[in-house]
Amino acid sequence: MELTKIFKAGLWSKEINVTDFVKSNLTPYTGDASFLVRATAKTKRLWDLCLQAIAEEHARNGVRSLDNKTISTITSHKAGYINREDELIVGLQTDELLKRAIKPFGGINVVVKACSENGVEIDEKVKDFFTHYRKTHNDGVFDAYTDEIRSFRSLGFITGLPDNYARGRIIGDYRRLALYGIDRLITAKQEDLKKLTGPMTDARIRLREEVAEQIKALRDIKIMGEYYELDLSRPAYTAQEAVQWVYMAYLAAVKEQDGAAMSLGNVSSFLDIYIENDLAEGKIDETFAQELIDQFVMKLRLVRHLRMQSYNDIFAGDPTWVTEALGGCFNDGRTKVTKTTFRFLQTLYNLGPAPEPNLTVLWSTELPEGFKKFCAKVSVDTSSIQYENDELMREVRSSDDYGIACCVSYQDLGRQIQFFGARANLAKALLLAINGGRCENTGKLMVKDIPILTDETLTYETVMANYKKVLLEIAHIYNEAMNIIHYMHDKYYYEKAQMAFIDTDPQINLAYGVAGLSIAVDSLSAIKYAKVKAVRNALGLTERFEINGEFPCFGNDDNRVDKLAVDLIYFFNEELKKLPVYKNASPTLSVLTITSNVMYGQKTGATPDGRDKGVSFAPGANPMHGRDKSGAIASLLSVAKIRYRDSQDGISNTFSIVPKSLGVTSEDRIENLVTMLDGYFTKGAHHLNVNVLNREMLEDAIESPEKYPQLTVRVSGYAVNFVNLSRVHQLEVIARSFHTTM
Amino acid sequence: MIKVHSYESLGTHDGPGIRLVVFLQGCNFSCLYCANPDTITCDGGVPTPAEKIFQKAINEKPFFGKKGGITFSGGEPTMQAKELIPLFKKLKEERIHICVDTNGGILNDDVKILFSLADIILLDVKEFNPDRHFLLTQRDNNQTLLTAQWLESNSIPIWLRYVLVAGYSDFEEDILALCEHFKAYNMLQRIEILPYHTLGIHKYESLGMPYLLSSVQQNTTEQLKHAQLLFSRYFKTVHVL
Repeated sequence: MELTKIFKAGLWSKEINVTDFVKSNLTPYTGDASFLVRATAKTKRLWDLCLQAIAEEHARNGVRSLDNKTISTITSHKAGYINREDELIVGLQTDELLKRAIKPFGGINVVVKACSENGVEIDEKVKDFFTHYRKTHNDGVFDAYTDEIRSFRSLGFITGLPDNYARGRIIGDYRRLALYGIDRLITAKQEDLKKLTGPMTDARIRLREEVAEQIKALRDIKIMGEYYELDLSRPAYTAQEAVQWVYMAYLAAVKEQDGAAMSLGNVSSFLDIYIENDLAEGKIDETFAQELIDQFVMKLRLVRHLRMQSYNDIFAGDPTWVTEALGGCFNDGRTKVTKTTFRFLQTLYNLGPAPEPNLTVLWSTELPEGFKKFCAKVSVDTSSIQYENDELMREVRSSDDYGIACCVSYQDLGRQIQFFGARANLAKALLLAINGGRCENTGKLMVKDIPILTDETLTYETVMANYKKVLLEIAHIYNEAMNIIHYMHDKYYYEKAQMAFIDTDPQINLAYGVAGLSIAVDSLSAIKYAKVKAVRNALGLTERFEINGEFPCFGNDDNRVDKLAVDLIYFFNEELKKLPVYKNASPTLSVLTITSNVMYGQKTGATPDGRDKGVSFAPGANPMHGRDKSGAIASLLSVAKIRYRDSQDGISNTFSIVPKSLGVTSEDRIENLVTMLDGYFTKGAHHLNVNVLNREMLEDAIESPEKYPQLTVRVSGYAVNFVNLSRVHQLEVIARSFHTTM
Repeated sequence: MIKVHSYESLGTHDGPGIRLVVFLQGCNFSCLYCANPDTITCDGGVPTPAEKIFQKAINEKPFFGKKGGITFSGGEPTMQAKELIPLFKKLKEERIHICVDTNGGILNDDVKILFSLADIILLDVKEFNPDRHFLLTQRDNNQTLLTAQWLESNSIPIWLRYVLVAGYSDFEEDILALCEHFKAYNMLQRIEILPYHTLGIHKYESLGMPYLLSSVQQNTTEQLKHAQLLFSRYFKTVHVL
């Protein structure tokens, strides 16, 4: 069967080009949510089984079961089902619901530890093989790391790096499997490989090997399909097949890789084309369409990776970042909102709130009103979704067919990938500037030739001059670490399944990041506008700071301090851009902490803004807890000033508001949230997590977690099941500013 | 210069939509339950050029959407009517929606101009019975009712606000009399019942002022429902804030 008999032909029928298919065949939907239906009995039966399994997982300290023998690959595990006769969409990572698998290519020690922390010893043969015969990513990185990188890493200046876990953040264009089938994709890759001729430079040889690996992965995916009695060699012809094929492509990725963020892309508008077609032909009805999406989303909620406990410090709550971008507009002005966009959001009612998939609405003031209101309603009801500025990303980054990698990062689908790189601690870096280049906790000399400050009161110009020197050195070391990590990841843990669904020589973004922005900036503001005296210990290291006078804090729409934030990001990004990058990737920067703001805070001494040693930072680009005192809009306006152009990996803002403060009636709340999002993004802001919650409910959930099995909270570019957070992370979420008005 | 007490950038309870609320300094009433007693005195406040408030509103304008705008509250905004008129004119030029939250106790020529420039007047009627009004505010309510009449005859939309204080303003006969008085008003678009709260008590302590309602309890849900039912006998749109 030819797909062109079902769908409007175009470039997509001659070349691998899903974007063209979507643009040629999409039916935008401009109505409201009234067409949506509830979950079917089948879906409910399945989800009840899942909820039971999730409860068992929670009761067993987060891991329900674990396969300690089988190295997880695309074909490693035979078919697994929840309850086969009810499943419209099949496929599990292993042969059993919520059973976690080992993926030692990232690092054998990590897997050994993760197993033993869960009361299971890893199979001796696996351990022996990966210790003596097969090197891992983690080993490679540490072979190449310099002493400097090691100390900047271990003392908390640059941490959370993907050197002992897989980097993730690469989004395969999983739609390709549905539109083309394996055979056609293999043919295309074989043609690419043929064209990759000499001269055989390092880069060319590497690329040839990578494409050969991708072809092997495609063949394996076909075999995986056979386990489930699916013929993935051909394209999908029906809506059910399209959903199934897309899921199989994604499943291959999460069987082979355990990257921190394994995002999905932007599949809803693509799937809608198939669903609309089946609906038009009378093959399915709305109930079946919703059932497909509910069951697909259910599967996405069951993705699990095996992690060490310490991983929880940087990424709390066992996240997988199955990020799906919803909505947005094409560059020609048409909306990408379809009925299936609504259907994805509807899963939060049909299956209840949940952190995964990480539903991310690409917001534009031009979106249909009915869709905007439904999004706002979902936020008010579930606090499970986040928003990103579609107009801004299309303007700066150009593609209108993109997904969001991990939390907030733009990725042109199928044409671009990203090398993830955690973050540098801007607040701790500032302390180096005040301590003559020495670590404030250990006294270790980190950066040479930083003048020792002798004035009793810190002077802004001197501190700033030192700070810039420190940041140059950090940029330099950070860049070296990133190059090593991604070189080794490609070498030992190449993402062949994901890369099989991406163009052969994609553009690459190197994603640097910063943490502690509001702490660094408030500290600079204190030094500049108040009188700050450093209190030093016997070694001359700062122990605390005495502040006399008032100073403006970030988060109050006050340019005196907000400009310091804008300038700091600009400066650091410009310095990073000057450094040579592995595979000629383009450097980008994020202001995003995930949940490492807690860990970064623990590693950082007292700061000149009055923050005590060890106190958690605010997440992402958020103003520090409780310092944004001029109301919610003023807080948003401050964050909106940070330029996306200087921080193209994303600027994360997590916003929590008490329901009543959003409006008097539930209609008012929905309308006001829509208006607020329009306003925030019109101001050029990039990202917003929206929580509509009462602090008292979170406090109650700490006391009585059994009452809140599905309570979902947005934290920093992702959401978590609140009861799965550690106590320290729960308390940090509660300490954040909850905007209230009286 | 306009004497400003403070701002709230996300006002959702003082007029329609999202609003920048400007709390002005100085009040002609001394309500026993005032939640912002520090705004009552005319000494104090930050003398602010109209231009600064105007710029703040322009900056926040993308957040106002179709319904929102700016609300002047207080304190009592009409006490600074003369200074506010040029600012109101500029805001109107920018098509920014304006609400004035007032006790209606002042109605001079300046206030009339000010009200004419506003889109909605949030008129606080503290009590309908003049004696009980006096007990609550140290003023009678005669002028407030005249102001309401003036607004009605000048076709200026009114949202009537009523703070429900147990034992002070929750008398059924007074609420019904108030409803009777206003039932024929065409410009009265909405009734808002404001539950009595004690969030301002700490301010009395820091100001060294006695808080005379310390024995009064906050409204129960039943009390609020009951008041809402009474108002609803006469008016279509009645909300409890």
